[in-house]
Amino acid sequence: MDNNIAKLQEIANQISADIITTGRDCEENVHIGGNLTLSEIMAVLFFKVANVDAKNPKWMDRDRIILSKGHGNVALSSAMARKGFFSLDELKNFDTLDAMLSMHIDKHRMPGVEISSGSLGHGLNVAVGAALGGKIDDADWKVYCVISDGELMEGSTWEAIMSAGNFHLDNLTVILDRNNLTIEGDTEENMGLEPLAMKLEAFNWSVETVDGHDISRLLDTFDKQSPDNKPKFIIAKTIKGRGIASMEGKASSHFFKISKEEAEKALAELKSV
Amino acid sequence: MSDQTPKKKPFVGLSSREAYGQVLVELADQHEEIVGLSADLSGSVKMSAFRKKYPNRFINFGIAEQNMMGAAAGLTLAGKIPFASTYAVFSSMRACEQVRTDIAYNELPVKIVSTHSGISMGVGGATHHALEDIGIFRGMPGMTILSPADSTESASMFYKIMEIEGPVYVRLSRAKEKTVYTDVFDYTVGMPDHLVAGKDILLIATGPEVGESLEALDELEKNGVHAGLMNVSTLKPINQEAVADVIRQYPIVLTVEQGFINNGLGSAIAEIVSENNINVRVHRHGIFDQFTTSGPYRQLLNFYKLDTQGIKDTVLTVLDR
Repeated sequence: MDNNIAKLQEIANQISADIITTGRDCEENVHIGGNLTLSEIMAVLFFKVANVDAKNPKWMDRDRIILSKGHGNVALSSAMARKGFFSLDELKNFDTLDAMLSMHIDKHRMPGVEISSGSLGHGLNVAVGAALGGKIDDADWKVYCVISDGELMEGSTWEAIMSAGNFHLDNLTVILDRNNLTIEGDTEENMGLEPLAMKLEAFNWSVETVDGHDISRLLDTFDKQSPDNKPKFIIAKTIKGRGIASMEGKASSHFFKISKEEAEKALAELKSV
Repeated sequence: MSDQTPKKKPFVGLSSREAYGQVLVELADQHEEIVGLSADLSGSVKMSAFRKKYPNRFINFGIAEQNMMGAAAGLTLAGKIPFASTYAVFSSMRACEQVRTDIAYNELPVKIVSTHSGISMGVGGATHHALEDIGIFRGMPGMTILSPADSTESASMFYKIMEIEGPVYVRLSRAKEKTVYTDVFDYTVGMPDHLVAGKDILLIATGPEVGESLEALDELEKNGVHAGLMNVSTLKPINQEAVADVIRQYPIVLTVEQGFINNGLGSAIAEIVSENNINVRVHRHGIFDQFTTSGPYRQLLNFYKLDTQGIKDTVLTVLDR
């Protein structure tokens, strides 16, 4: 394995470990399943692809990273802490009263984050606005927006998708956490999204489908120039609860309390990767 | 007088939304961070002049208000100050969660300028009447709510709007309001204006109902009623002390608004009266807990007793005369 890729994989594994220990230490349930899908994506975004400065988070020329699926805040918090936006110790207070870090993102408590989120179907619209702002100024910075597949059931998300294609926002990249599961189960049984790539292409997006846990493939996809000034949509195929054998691919891994024993097993599995 | 002479009273005779359209261009000349957003209604919301002068700073989102409000939040991440305009019924309800969660929760400097408020889209009926908006936005922490009486007060507010931190909701009518002010003035956010001093009853009005109430005062004088009038054009935050000081001068208060009486101006005044231990009777006038019917605006105002005649009759009923 390429040295850089090995390093990014190590960071992704640390993010996964942070998710498991946070889930273990929190008093209440944590969105463990839908955070473990994001480890590689967050590692790649914060440590390779996006141009951000933890010491100067409001830097005007920074790339904007918007996590629309706000319940993925354990993975985001871990990545941002490891990047230096705030202390890793803050994860130990996750979901405690008035803590910096919580189930959903609160911009007022969490330094360096772009926008509060949690309600589904909001982040991509915000990302479209940021990308439009960049276009008005002819700026070089880019916008990266991570959304869940459940958010594609919200009409507001499709308003954003339609407008990004219309406005030729080639400074916008969406990373879809395509784990095929919402709380109630399989997306295709609850509210079918497929054929997704075809739909997105029809909305004038450039669409790539990759294994969302394969760092090397993710990097290649981010690097690829999208044709005809189209916004880029990366369908990152992920596995809910990845890393916890008993939870992988199960809707029940969405939001639960992980036991100490399960956590130990999962952490051991991660070390063996 | 040559054409170059500036008009002394430049906004008299316009509607509050036309005044917005004019001042927006002036503000945009001075602030390059201003961007204008509309949802297929740039003409109706009077953004055409801005759109023509600054095509690169104007964005039409099509008929997609949720996307417009979410994107307005996003534009601030690029350092922009968005003026997002559509009808009040859509900004308050279709895009309510985007305004609340994306804009208000994040305390972003978005100016939500809404036209066609109240029943001013008369024949449009209940789907296009915005009667809940004051209540909805009063419930959002940090939201400033401005409701000008006429074009000149509208212009005066817009000259100050860039100084307001955080989100602002401006409630404009479709119709041309009756003239209350003639000269542009130094608008102070939060301060009520005790326009006419009286004795028997205080009318507290907002938006186009200020002009309607002002005319009703003359009619009431003919009936021997000495009524006062206060314009509350900032509905949030309200300078409670200033409002309370005026109310204390009267035995009875009647609030007049073009909106549902629940959670609107009348409710705000009742809160001030009860929390400041003022010994005064409060009556609320507006649209009472029912969806509206449709009809030409002036006729509809008359139907709901929100025109001069209706306000006069309501005062006389309240005073049992």
